[in-house]
Amino acid sequence: MAELSLGAVSARPQQSYARRAVKRFFKRKLAVTGFVLLVAMALIVIVGPMLSPYAYDDQDFNVIGSPAPMSPEHWLGSDELGRDALTRLIYGGRISLCVGLAGAVLATIVGVLVGAVSGFYRGWTDAILMRLTDVMMSIPTLPMILLLSGLFRPGPVILVAIVGALIWMGTARLVRSQFLVLREREFVEAARALGAGNMRLMFRHILPNAIGPITVAATLAVGSAIMLESALSFLGFGIQPPVPTWGNLLNSASSWLSTAPWLAIPPGLCILVTVLAVNFVGDGLRDAMEPKE
Amino acid sequence: METTSLHTTGSKQGKRLLEVRNLETKFYTADGVVNALNGISYSVDEGECLAIVGESGSGKTVGVLSILRLIQSPPGRIVGGEILFKGTDLLKIDDKELRTIRGGAISVIFQDPMTSLNPVMRVGAQITENIREHENLTSRQARQKAADLLGMVGIPTPAKRLDDYPHQFSGGMRQRVMIAMALSCSPQLIIADEPTTALDVTIQAQIVELIKSLQAELGTAVIWISHDLGVVARLADNVAVMYAGHIVEKAPVDELYARPAHPYTIGLLNSLPRLDARIKTKLKAIGGLPPNLLGMLQGCAFAPRCMFATQICREQAPPAIEVAPRHQVACWHSELVSAGERP
Repeated sequence: MAELSLGAVSARPQQSYARRAVKRFFKRKLAVTGFVLLVAMALIVIVGPMLSPYAYDDQDFNVIGSPAPMSPEHWLGSDELGRDALTRLIYGGRISLCVGLAGAVLATIVGVLVGAVSGFYRGWTDAILMRLTDVMMSIPTLPMILLLSGLFRPGPVILVAIVGALIWMGTARLVRSQFLVLREREFVEAARALGAGNMRLMFRHILPNAIGPITVAATLAVGSAIMLESALSFLGFGIQPPVPTWGNLLNSASSWLSTAPWLAIPPGLCILVTVLAVNFVGDGLRDAMEPKE
Repeated sequence: METTSLHTTGSKQGKRLLEVRNLETKFYTADGVVNALNGISYSVDEGECLAIVGESGSGKTVGVLSILRLIQSPPGRIVGGEILFKGTDLLKIDDKELRTIRGGAISVIFQDPMTSLNPVMRVGAQITENIREHENLTSRQARQKAADLLGMVGIPTPAKRLDDYPHQFSGGMRQRVMIAMALSCSPQLIIADEPTTALDVTIQAQIVELIKSLQAELGTAVIWISHDLGVVARLADNVAVMYAGHIVEKAPVDELYARPAHPYTIGLLNSLPRLDARIKTKLKAIGGLPPNLLGMLQGCAFAPRCMFATQICREQAPPAIEVAPRHQVACWHSELVSAGERP
């Protein structure tokens, strides 16, 4: 019987938290749909430009002058300069997704750092950082961007920084609240009693316990970052033409809306579908990582 | 404060390891100042097991957490006293030195093994982290040492179990893991804060035996916090009884059980169920409630619940006196009490 009981101990399935979360995630139809859409989108924007016979700024002189409708040569038509709309759409997706992703990563890093320090140290550190967060949240985004756009045109790196700087606050607040709760847990006290320093407590003991909510927040931040980038580009503050992004494609299509709607609809639809898919994935992750049965 | 100073001296094991003198800890809360520790003094020799007993809220845990400055601050603050560990005052060293002592020379086993392990870290990682914090070992060596430690505390197939998460262990096994972590850097003093309270009775016995045998084997001194006098009898060399932030009585374990000299100690002993008692005997609880530690108390803290209390008890705090060798008590009427007389 000794053999049996030992076997029972070691043969227990090694189901880690992550593995169970993944399993739960893939049970949710909407989340999986969103996930598949995002993966497809990513593949298309990576591979697409290589397969397209046109570069994003190649002009087809047969159709130059005014936007041309869909045709066998140009599946989604072409714009007034004779550039292939599909190629520009896919290439623009590349930029939009990259800026969105990078902005979200930046926002998450900043948010986690600010929230962790704030929630862990409390006191005046917390007060200062949270007032800073409040101030950032109170800045009216669009008027400020319009103001800034009058002053300069950012490159991609600056654009990512701006996107990140405008959306980190939610994550910071979330992480702070997680830290405020987790720092009181006994295992933190136990680790401290065994000689762990503050950095180790914060990033090795507490942070991994908050990874669920942070992942969800990071995912949703990708959605906001894509939206924000599109808004910036639409207002002419983002990446500058001729380099396409979904936002500036919409912008340039807006003057042809009544005569050539096929130029405006695809980038709009792309933004919509991507953000929707990201949010589905975020919701799915939330349910998968914080099961409440 | 000098009057309440109690010293247990000269136990069988030898050199003085820890000496706490007139330790005072207060909590500055919104409702006022809570006097959690009112100048307690005790000492632990190398290899000794000192038990600190008392009811919830008597300051047992605050008393030992203060040693490693683990009191949440704010609101808690150690306002006075000295904590001499091998001659060094732990209240005066800087954070970095303190961290090398925490988990190094002094380690702590906490009450509830279900919550004291980090749920998202593998058990092996938690042990090796502590080892590598204090000792200069490669990760492979640290892992080997962690496996050895798990084996030593009686966990079967230790090398395999290093990769398990805490939720894959039972309560008793987790407490063994906590003990392994506490032992990982060969501490000279282990503070065990009610390590068996959260476990069921059979596991309790195992853990007590485990700590006892490890202590004998390694010669580590132990401060054992408990409210279970039965466990204490099996384990301790000396016992300190705490009440309302004071140590009211301190004696070698046999002496304390045979000749308790403080009414509170008698009350505690009487409230234990006994094997030899008649079946229908009721347990004798101590009447009344412990005092609120908010604000200053006048006189003896136990006076309102004490059947021996007289005028002087309500007016002046009793000093510690030695009623027998190494047996000290803070009570005005200790002679009456130990003689078993009733007022």
